[in-house]
Amino acid sequence: MFTNFPFFPQVASEQASQVDALYFFLVAVTGFFMALVAILVVVFAVKFRRRHNDEVGVAIHGSLALELLWTFIPLGITMVMFFWGAQVFFHMTRAPKGAMEIYVVGKQWMWKVQHMDGAREINELHVPLGVPVKLTMGSEDVIHSFFIPDFRVKADVVPGRYNTLWFTATKPGRYHLFCTQYCGTKHSAMIGWVTVMEPSEYQAWLGGGPAGGSMAENGAKLFQDLACSTCHLENGQGRAPSLKGVYGSTVTLANGQTVTADDAYVRESVLNPQAKVVAGFQPIMPTFQGLVTEEQLLQLIAYVKSLGGGQQGATK
Amino acid sequence: METTALPTLNYLNNGHGLKSWLLTRDHKRIALLYLFSVTAFFALGGFFALMIRLELLTPAADLVQPDTYNKLFTMHGVIMVFFFLIPSIPAVLGNFLLPIMIGAKDLAFPRINLLSWYIYVLGGLFTLTAAMTGGIDTGWTFYVPYSTQASNSNVILAGLGVFITGFSSILTGLNFIVTTHRMRAPGMTWFRLPLFVWSHYATSLIMILGTPVIAITVLLVAVERGLHLGIFDPALGGDPVLFQHLFWFYSHPAVYIMILPAMGVISELVQAGARKNIFGYTFVAFSSLAIAIIGFLVWGHHLFVSGQSTYAGLVFSILSMFVAIPSAVKVFNWTATFYKGAVSWDSPTLFAFGFIGLFTIGGLTGLFLATLGMDIHMHDTYFVIAHFHYVMVGGAIMGYLGGLHYWWPKITGRMYPEGWAKFAALMVFVGFNLTFGPQFFVGYLGMPRRYAMYAPEFQVWNVLSTAGATILGLGYLIPIIYFTWSIKNGAIAGANPWGARGLEWEIPSPPPTENFAVTPIVTERTHQYAPSREVGIV
Repeated sequence: MFTNFPFFPQVASEQASQVDALYFFLVAVTGFFMALVAILVVVFAVKFRRRHNDEVGVAIHGSLALELLWTFIPLGITMVMFFWGAQVFFHMTRAPKGAMEIYVVGKQWMWKVQHMDGAREINELHVPLGVPVKLTMGSEDVIHSFFIPDFRVKADVVPGRYNTLWFTATKPGRYHLFCTQYCGTKHSAMIGWVTVMEPSEYQAWLGGGPAGGSMAENGAKLFQDLACSTCHLENGQGRAPSLKGVYGSTVTLANGQTVTADDAYVRESVLNPQAKVVAGFQPIMPTFQGLVTEEQLLQLIAYVKSLGGGQQGATK
Repeated sequence: METTALPTLNYLNNGHGLKSWLLTRDHKRIALLYLFSVTAFFALGGFFALMIRLELLTPAADLVQPDTYNKLFTMHGVIMVFFFLIPSIPAVLGNFLLPIMIGAKDLAFPRINLLSWYIYVLGGLFTLTAAMTGGIDTGWTFYVPYSTQASNSNVILAGLGVFITGFSSILTGLNFIVTTHRMRAPGMTWFRLPLFVWSHYATSLIMILGTPVIAITVLLVAVERGLHLGIFDPALGGDPVLFQHLFWFYSHPAVYIMILPAMGVISELVQAGARKNIFGYTFVAFSSLAIAIIGFLVWGHHLFVSGQSTYAGLVFSILSMFVAIPSAVKVFNWTATFYKGAVSWDSPTLFAFGFIGLFTIGGLTGLFLATLGMDIHMHDTYFVIAHFHYVMVGGAIMGYLGGLHYWWPKITGRMYPEGWAKFAALMVFVGFNLTFGPQFFVGYLGMPRRYAMYAPEFQVWNVLSTAGATILGLGYLIPIIYFTWSIKNGAIAGANPWGARGLEWEIPSPPPTENFAVTPIVTERTHQYAPSREVGIV
C-alpha cells in the first residue's frame, strides 16, 4: 500500500550536507546515551529485582566522583554540539558577497517572488544551479516562514522588517516550499515549488517572462511617481539628501549617531522618516506608510541600490 | 498490612454532601476537586487530539475543513497546557501530599488554596465558552499579529481564560513556598525534605515569577486586539518579535512547571520501587533549582529563525545546552538508584521505567533543537512536536499516572487491579512511542506543524502515528475505568501497601482530616530503608 517510505529529505543544497553531517553526529551521540540509560535501567531492574517481599536495597549514599563525571562529560559533549551548530549557523546566516538577490513577499496565503530583472512568480521560485542565492523577505500581513526542507534552510517572514536567507542549490530538480509559521486558514496551502535549473536554462527562463522592466527600473519610476525626486535631488542641492552612492555607506544622523544604509534603513526611511534624520537636514519628509506596497518598497530599495554606493548592504 | 476495613473517620467521610466539598479547606479534598476538573479537561483535550490524528490519516483535509482543524489544534494546546499539564501534578498530587510529606496538617493558606481552585474553574469556564461559541484558531502560542489583527475567533475570551487561570497557579505556588518554609515538622530539615517537595518548591518559584509575565502578555494582546493600541503589530508601530520574547519568557519556564513536579514524583517512585534511598540526594535536589533558574534564561531558543540577532542566538543556544545538564544528572541518579536495589515490578515502578526512557528521548532530542545550525531546519516541523510531546506527555503524564498509581491507595484507601494497571502502563508506553516516534522522522523530512493538509510522501509516518494514538487513547481510558471501579470495589490497601518510607505512609489510608493526630518528629531522610553508608564505586 505504502511504497513511499522516506527517511531523509533530499540533499539539494550546500547547506543540506552540512546540516546532515551535524544531524548524524547528534543522532550517534544521543543514541549512545539513550541506549546506555535504557540498558542500565533494564539490567538493574532484572538483576536487582525484588525477590521476596521484605527485601530492601543496599543503602548507597552517592558518589561525588560519579556526579562530577556525569556532569562534566555531558557538558563537554554539549559544548561540541554548541560550537558545531554555531559554525553551521554562522555559515547559514552570512550570505557570500555577490550572491544573486531575489525578493520574496509573503501574504495570506501565497508567496510572491520578484527577480532583479523584473521577472515575477507566485508560489514558484526558479533559481540557477551552483550560484549562491540570497532571498530578502518581507510580509504584507502576519508572520510567515519560508522553508525549503531539501535545502535545510528556513527564515521567518516578519511584517515590518526584512529577514534573509541564502543557499546554493547543488542538484537540479523541483523541491517543496512550505510556510512553517502558522498564518491562518490556508496555512497548509501556502506552499509551492522551488525549481533548480542549469544557469543557462535559468537565463532563458528569465527571458521568457513578461517584460515589465527590472526591479530597479520599476523603482526609478515609483521614485518619480511618488515625487521622491522633487526633494532627493541627485546633485545634493535638494531639501533631502541625495541618494547617490548612499546604499551600503555609513550615514551620520542628526543626533550624531551613525547607521549603515541597508535594506532595513531604506525601508524605515520611507515608512517612518522621522526615526533617523540625516545630519544637516530638516525632519520634513512625510510618511509613505500605506502608500506603497511591500513589493513597491522592495523596488524602491532596488532602485536606491542601483544608484551605487559602498559595499554590499548588510541586512539583518 | 492485613487491614480489613477503612479507618472509621477519614477525610473522605468527614462531612457529606456537595457543600462539604465545595466549601472545604482540606488540602486533600481540594486535591480531589482538582483531580476531577483536570481529568475532565484532559478528556476534552484528548478528544481534540484524537480528532487531529484522525484528520491527519490522509493528506487531504477530508474529515474536517482547515478552519476546524486550526481550532482543534489550538484548543488541544490551550487546554492541555494551561488546564491540564500545568495544574495536574502540583494541584492534585502536590496539594494532597506536600503538607503530609513535611508533617503539616494543611497548607499554610487553606482558604487561598480553595480560592485557587475556584479561579482555575472560572478561567476554565471562560476558555470553554470561547471553545463552544466559535472556538479559537491562533495556536496555543497566540502569535501576533495573527492573533491581534487577522484571526476571526474568540481570542480575547480564550486569552482571558488563560489570564484568570494564571492567578490560580500563582496562588498555588505561593502557598507551596510558604508551607515549605514555615510548616515543616520538627526535625524536617531542608536536606531531609522528600525530593517531591524539592521539585515542587522549584516549580512554585517558576509559577510565581513567570506566570505574571504571561498574564501581562495575553492582556496586551487583548488590548491591541480590542482597542487597537500598537504594541506588537508593526502596522500600528509595534514589534511582533517582542511578543515572542514575552510569550516564551513564561512559556519556556512553563515547560519546567510541567516536568519538574513529574521529576519529583519519579524520584519518589524510584526510591520506593528500589526500596533504596536516592543516589546523590543533594545533586537531585539542587538540579531542580538549577533547572528552575537556568530555565528562565533560555527562551530565545524559540526565536532562532525569527530574525533575532545572531549573537542572541548564540547566547540562547549555549544556555539551552546548560539547562540540559541538570536533567541529565537526574536521569543518571535515578538509574544509579536501581543499582543494588530491591527493584519491584509493580505498576508505579513500571511507569517510572517508562518515564525514564521517554523523558531521556525527549531531553536528548531537545539538544538537536538547541543546536543552532540544526534548529533552522527542524524549527516548526513535526520534530519539535515529537520532542515536546516526549517531554510533556512521555514525561509529565507518565509521571502523573505513575504518581496516581503509587498514591491512589493513600488517597482512596483502596487498591486498583494491579494486572490491569501493568497492562495500562504497557499500552501507554507502546502507544506513546508509536504515536510520537514517527513524528521525529516526518519532522526531519520537513513536514511543518499545524498543517491540515500535507504532502503525500509524509502519509506513511502519519498513519503509524494515528495507529499509535489509538493505542495510547485506550491506555489512558483503562486507568480511568479501574480507578473509578476501585473506589467502591478495590481491596483495602492499609496504611503502607508498598512497604515504602515517608510520612505519608505512616498515617492511615485514607488519612484523617488533620493528617497527623500528633505532629511527627523527623529524625532522618525519607526512603532510608537501611542505614546509609558511603560506598566507593569508582
